Formats: sequence, structure tokens, C-alpha cells
Amino acid sequence: MITTQIYSITGLLLFGMGLFTLIVHSHPLRKILAVNVMSTGVFLILIATAYTPLGQGEVDPVPHAMVLTGIVVSVSVTALALILSCRVQETSNRDLLREKPVAETAKECTR
Amino acid sequence: MNVDNPTWMIIPILLPLTAGLLCFLFHRKTFAIVLSAVLANFMAACFLTGQLLTFGHMRYSMGGWQAPLGITLRTDGPAVLMLLMTGVTGLAITLYARGYFSFRIDDPGRTERHQHQQRYFWPLWMLLLSGLNGLFLSNDIFNLYITLEIIGISAASLAALSGKPAALLASFRYLLTSLLGSLTFLLGIVFLYKSCGVLDLDLLRNLTEHGPGVRAALALMSVGLLLKTALVPMHFWLPPAHANALAPVSAILSALVIKGSFYLLFRLWFEVFASAITTAALNVMGTLGSVAILWGAIQAIRQHRLKLMVAYSTVSQLGYLFIAFPLSRTADNAQVWSIVIFMAMAHACAKSAMFMSAGTIFLHFGHDRIRDLTGVRASLPITVFAYGIAGVTLMGLPPSGAFIAKWLLLSSALASSQWWWALVIVAGSVMAMIYVFRVISRFIVIPEGFSSQKLGYHSRLLEWPALALAMISLLLGLAAPWPLHILARGSHDLTQILPGGLP
Repeated sequence: MITTQIYSITGLLLFGMGLFTLIVHSHPLRKILAVNVMSTGVFLILIATAYTPLGQGEVDPVPHAMVLTGIVVSVSVTALALILSCRVQETSNRDLLREKPVAETAKECTR
Repeated sequence: MNVDNPTWMIIPILLPLTAGLLCFLFHRKTFAIVLSAVLANFMAACFLTGQLLTFGHMRYSMGGWQAPLGITLRTDGPAVLMLLMTGVTGLAITLYARGYFSFRIDDPGRTERHQHQQRYFWPLWMLLLSGLNGLFLSNDIFNLYITLEIIGISAASLAALSGKPAALLASFRYLLTSLLGSLTFLLGIVFLYKSCGVLDLDLLRNLTEHGPGVRAALALMSVGLLLKTALVPMHFWLPPAHANALAPVSAILSALVIKGSFYLLFRLWFEVFASAITTAALNVMGTLGSVAILWGAIQAIRQHRLKLMVAYSTVSQLGYLFIAFPLSRTADNAQVWSIVIFMAMAHACAKSAMFMSAGTIFLHFGHDRIRDLTGVRASLPITVFAYGIAGVTLMGLPPSGAFIAKWLLLSSALASSQWWWALVIVAGSVMAMIYVFRVISRFIVIPEGFSSQKLGYHSRLLEWPALALAMISLLLGLAAPWPLHILARGSHDLTQILPGGLP
């Protein structure tokens, strides 16, 4: 019982850390990695859930199916986000390491 | 409950998906494929409505697997109306997109780039349509998460399609925001599964005990969906993403994508977990909705670009949907549903008509600075007319569908002596009038010595779909009894399904 709780709390911690990075850091790659860490946290909690309902060495298969589906989604979204961030870097010739302030983006829109 | 032929229910999901895949195989005939898929989708929505009216609410278990393990689809009044809304708007947007892309491809200079855009637009749009239909029909909360992701991915890709740096950046932010929203939603699902052990919405509805786990799950799912719906503190991603996209894409994003996550949120709050909702939570939603109405309208008035103004007006109009939340304490469920559905349908038609008109104007004049758009009426009369009619709906004048929704809102606000919501609604309408008229007056007034710009030939598809949608949104109010009839038919005969046979 303690084991599942440790896993669940670790998952929550990972989710929180990812969320923090996603909000605080501005580098696109960091943001993408942060989202990945968040989804790993969610999957960890799910896997921990799978063990509890039946106990006695049997596991609930539904969370496993959900994690598998979630991993597929997360891989494809990561690919899309990476391509998008590359394109952003190619087309806007300024360095994306520094986040553009919102006002500047708005100026670009009016141009 | 009648199970005559519920297999029909998968058609609106399967058909656009197949069409999207076929688009990759047959490059030359994409428009024919997409048009037939959209037409068939509309007909399937009509057929499902007919079935709903005859047999009442229906369920379909995919692959014959029953509820606790299998995934079920079901139709009810709100779902069918949203399907119809998507069908009609989707049809018009498809026709408009055809006109839009062929106009751009005819333009010498960047033909190749525009062909490239068109080639990717059609499959992504079909994927998005399939996800939306899945969202409206699905009855399994994990499956709903999948449809949310499908919608998010295809919407972000569509927003990036124009290839401009601003659009790419906006779409990257949109993708991350929607990802954050769906991960929060997924965490909510995990909590829900931990505390209830089921994923089917009907089974969840029948649980009477709502422990702290369920409340936490509901809070997480609501935050995720609010992020995707762009309620005010979380609306930062919407205006740049919607304003920088191609015109048909802006219409799709503003009219349909936002409604998808809102519909899901509303369904969770008022059908599935209705007993776990507290008054304080409802009031928070109402307050955020009022802030959205006023803040969005102020921003819309301040904008200098037409498309940004229309995007901010979406932020403002979304607020009305949330004002319906606190009014649900006194009104019965069916009335709240009818307010929300009317508002959503009217806004979907009007806003897509507005974005289409703005797009047509942008195509012909090469810019959308409101200051320099004087006398557009002389060159594009039908487009300006469509814009005006859509504006009438946004203001909520009779006989538009938004008028019915606002009337119901006002009367239930006054009947339950919560007059402050009524004040916000009226103020929002007045401000909508300001931002609509500010543009219309530019369009219509032709100054002295003005020579109208000679425009080249353009397809009728650029103008008529927008006008048709605007007219539908205007005349929706006259056809009000009909959607109400569908709602009444679908929402009450909910069958009781006992939880049993859990894994």
C-alpha cells in the first residue's frame, strides 16, 4: 500500500515540477520537456492506480490501456511541438532564447 | 430506450476521418472528397436528429463491449444540436475555404506556397471535424480526453498553416496551452478513476457519493477545460492564434473548437456531477464570465485590426455562456441547456460569418486596418451585408438566436433576483454595439471624391457562404421552438443504468 502511495506522490511531484518549468521558463525546448515531465507524472499515478483495486498480485488492466494511449498521444504531440518550435526559430530570424514580450508580438501582427 | 439501428452513430466520427486519410492518397480530388464527406456528415446529423425525435435518447456500445469496460457513444438533445451546428457551419466553411484557396492560388507570385497550404488544410480540417463529432457523441471520459487531444493537435496545426512568424509563434503557444489543458484534464480523469473505478459518464452520474477525490477531479478537469475554452484570465492565447490564422481556419477555431471544450465542461457540470456543484463554484464561473464580457468588449473596441477585433469579440461572447452557470440554481436544467445551446449556435454561425467576411476583405485589400477600410461597401456589398447581419447577432437584437438566449438569461436573472448579472448582460450588448458599429460605419460611409477600387474577378464562394451563415444566425430566433423541442425530447428520458460487473 505504501509503495503505491510513494509512486502517486512522486507522480504528483513530477506534475508540479513540470508545471512550474512550463510557466517560469521561456525557452521552447524547456517548455516541451516540461510538458513531457508532466505527462510522465500523470502516467506514473495511473500505473500506481492499477495495482490497488484488486491487490493480491492481480492488476487492473484499464489504467494500462490508458497509459499506452497516453504515451502515443504524448509522442505525437511532442513531435508536433518540436517541429513548430523549429519553424518558429527558422522564420523569425531573431533568437528565440529570449522570449519576445507580448507587445512586440502584437506589433508584428500589425505590420 | 430503443436500439433500432444505433450503428449510425459512428458515421459522423468515421466519415471525416476516412475522408482525411483519402485526401492524402488523392491529391487532385481533395475538394470533392471533403465536400462529399461534409455533406454526408450533415445528412448523418439530420438522420440522428430524426432518430432522436422518434426513439429518444440512444446508446451504442462500440464493438459490442458493454459499459464498464467498453466505450459507448450516445445521442441526446444537446449532442444532436451541436452536431447539427457543426454540420451546417462546417459545410459553409468548406465552401468558403474552396473559394479562399482558389483565389489565393490564382494570385501569381506565391502559387506554390498557397497550393501547399491548401493541400494540408483539407486533411487537418477533416481530422478536426472527426474529433469534434467524437467529442459531442462520446460517453466515456477517457475517450473524451482523446477527442480533446485530436482537436487540440489539428487546431494548432491549422493555426500554423499560414506560415507567418506571428502565426507560428501564436500556434506554438496555442499548442502548449491546449496541451497543459488536456494534461490537467487527464490528471482529473486519474483522480476520478482512483475514487470511482469507472469511466463511463452514465455510470459516473449514478454515483451519489461525491468524496474529496471526485471534487478534486472535477476541479482539475474544469481548469483544464477552461484553459481550452479561453475564459478570461486564461484567454491570452486566443486573440493572436485566431487573428493570425488563415480566414477559414479562424472561422473554424472561433466557431467550433471553442464550443467543443465548452460543451464538455457544461455537460460535466450539469449532467454528470450536478450534485457535487456548490453555489460558490457557480458564482465564480458567473463572475469570470462577466469579467470576460466586459474585458473582451473593451479590448475589441480598442483594436485597430479587424481580425483582432473579431477575435476579442469571441472572448467577450464566451462570457455569456458562463453567466448561465449561476442562473442554474433557480432555473431548471432544460432551461439552462437551452440558453447555452442557443448562444453557442448563434455565436458559431455569426462568428464564422464575421471571420469569413473579414478574410474576404483582407484578400481584396491586402490589409485589415480598420482605419483604412472606408467605403468597402462599394466593392464588396454582399460581404459587408453579411458582416452587418452577423454583427446584429453579436449585439443580440431580435430575431437572432442570441436574442433568445439573452432574453432567457435576463428573465431568469431577474426572476431569481440576481439583477447584477442582468446589468452585465445589458452592458455587454451595448459595448458589442459600439465595436460592431465602429467598423460598419467605416464600411458603409462613402466619403466624397471616393473612387471605388476595381476588383478582379472573384468566386461567389467567397461571399455567399458567409451571408448564408449570417442569415441562419439571424433567423435562428424565428425557428426557436424547433431546437427547444429537440432539447426537451432528448434530455429527460435518461435511462438508469446500474453499475455492475466492474473489472
